[in-house]
Amino acid sequence: MTQETLLIGLAGVLASASPLIFAVIGETLSERAGVINLSMNGTILLAAMGGFAVAYNTNSILLGFLAGMLIGALVALIVAFAGITLQQSQVAVGFVLALTCRDLSYFLGNPYMGVPGPRLQAVPIPLLSELPLLGRLFFQHDVITYISFVAIFLAWAWIFRTRPGLMLQGIGEKPAAAYVRGANVNRMRYIYTVVGGALIGLAGPAFSLATRAGWMGTISGLDGFGWIALSITIFGGWNPLRGAFGAYLFALLQWLGLVLQPVLTQVPSQVLQVAPFPLMILTLLFVNIGNAEWVERALAAMPDSARRIFAKLLRAMRTSPPAALGVPFKRD
Amino acid sequence: MLKGRVGGIFYQLAALALAFGVVSLILVAVGASPAEAFRNIFAGSFGSMRKFAEVLVAFVPLLLVTAGLLVTFAAGLWNIGVEGQVVLGAIVTTWVYRIFLDSSLSPAFVILLAILGGLIGGALWAALAGVLKVFGGVNEIFGGLGLNFVATALTIYLIFGPWKRPGVASMSGTVPFSDEFSLPLLTNLRISPWALALALIGIVIVYFLLQGTYFGLRLKAVGRNFRAAYLLGIPTWQYSMYSFLICGALAGAAGAMQVAAVYHRLIPSISSGYGYLGLMVAMLINYQAVWAVPVALFFAALNIGSIQLPILMKLDSSLSGVLQGVLVLFVLLAAGIRQKFGRRVSS
Repeated sequence: MTQETLLIGLAGVLASASPLIFAVIGETLSERAGVINLSMNGTILLAAMGGFAVAYNTNSILLGFLAGMLIGALVALIVAFAGITLQQSQVAVGFVLALTCRDLSYFLGNPYMGVPGPRLQAVPIPLLSELPLLGRLFFQHDVITYISFVAIFLAWAWIFRTRPGLMLQGIGEKPAAAYVRGANVNRMRYIYTVVGGALIGLAGPAFSLATRAGWMGTISGLDGFGWIALSITIFGGWNPLRGAFGAYLFALLQWLGLVLQPVLTQVPSQVLQVAPFPLMILTLLFVNIGNAEWVERALAAMPDSARRIFAKLLRAMRTSPPAALGVPFKRD
Repeated sequence: MLKGRVGGIFYQLAALALAFGVVSLILVAVGASPAEAFRNIFAGSFGSMRKFAEVLVAFVPLLLVTAGLLVTFAAGLWNIGVEGQVVLGAIVTTWVYRIFLDSSLSPAFVILLAILGGLIGGALWAALAGVLKVFGGVNEIFGGLGLNFVATALTIYLIFGPWKRPGVASMSGTVPFSDEFSLPLLTNLRISPWALALALIGIVIVYFLLQGTYFGLRLKAVGRNFRAAYLLGIPTWQYSMYSFLICGALAGAAGAMQVAAVYHRLIPSISSGYGYLGLMVAMLINYQAVWAVPVALFFAALNIGSIQLPILMKLDSSLSGVLQGVLVLFVLLAAGIRQKFGRRVSS
């Protein structure tokens, strides 16, 4: 493999991860506020289909992206209404929406199957794109990929470096304390769930108008990305930087699966494409196992030197969800 | 009490009417006649004995999966990995068939072994999700989802790899085995009375397990309040594992039926989404086993009835999924609205 093809491949990895980045950031914001939006898999499909249909009919890619965000926001609004106002199980409502929106996208998208439509073009950034290596990697993408780069740092800075971000952490960790400090917990949760939903919705057109342009119904190959984004959110420990790392890792593995296919001829291509999933389970195991009770006991039984190393290792990998995730807030 | 129940039925009927209303609007929006669509779905599922038999073919795995899920829901677990458990049931069933097809054992015995294999396969796959949850701290939703993808990959690997048809491997699946190894079917119909009986026995066992046994009571205690159950001396993690094993075995039975009574081979989409659909049924019936049979039958009828829609009306057959989803959504929302506003009105 020459250096040039490797660079093109890696730049492709960065671009193909952009839908996942939006979905992971959206879910991270929602869950940081204490609301699980489990509808992601269906939302992304419906937004991909809707975004494509709008862009196709209006001939405006921008309207397509806005339509995708609107769809995501509306679905999230249902999750928020059921979970916050009605205090029903967020998991149940989210799961139902995941299936319903998926089927709805196939049903409504039927006329658009395989229709050639608009597609976002790459816009090399002047000067920067001329840089050796870096230019090819980072500065010869389409607009949505650039936005995905910026979104990672914006979301990180918002959560960890601003006052509203601190409040956001509060309403997910200790809503009662945040309420006492003057936060309108339920209104904030509504806002973050809907904004997060809009970002999740953005992932749809990021597929259907950019990285995997077009709508192909059940064979679009988009079914499953929402579930992956959900796993990456956990893998990322509700931190946009770590989540973005997970999304790039996933995209890299998928690309490697394609690249290695001619080498590993005995392994069917379909198997290589799902290779990231077992790895995802393993990583989830690694980041969660520190929370298991028997691990603490095993650690306690170890000799001092070994315990220190293992404890450090587990703590470095370990993530735990916002304490009030999925729990409705009641004033009393 | 009676008033409460009548109120509940009112909310459920309202949800049902709203769901049909919303789906009708969607149909109108795409330029199709709702009445014609619903009539076609009805005719496609109950129009003839043969069609009704097809509904029953879909009803069997759906009911088995629902029965299993009632057990994990009782234990407070969201066993989303049920889809993969169906797949593993089908894989192990096919595997046992492949081992004994050329043996001197009688076909009836081979069928029995294969189905038992399916039960064990599903149970072990569920146990994996259980171990991840209990010992690994991995939430059963995320572990289960990952395992679903792995199960599908395993199916495709087997079909295109070690179990491929002589000559060319294809998406049509492994080599079908001869009719004598199939569960006996009714004459001229595709439904096996044995499969139907197994599904009904499954839901009856689950009903009595949850309603009439000490085991069921303790399981529900674990589901309601894990911490309190633990403090009461119930071996909580063991009960979580039991519920995974029971659900997995029932899901595995569904997979075994797909192989032994329907397809007679392993195909890529062997689970047909019945695992996820079972979750919807369980939610719609509010986790009450008594309603499992009629609602699973209704959902199966919607699935089968919509198969003809692409030919008859140029509509995508995913309409059935939309209708099922909207229905469950409105029932969930209606339950929430009733809890929040209903009480205030009555008091």
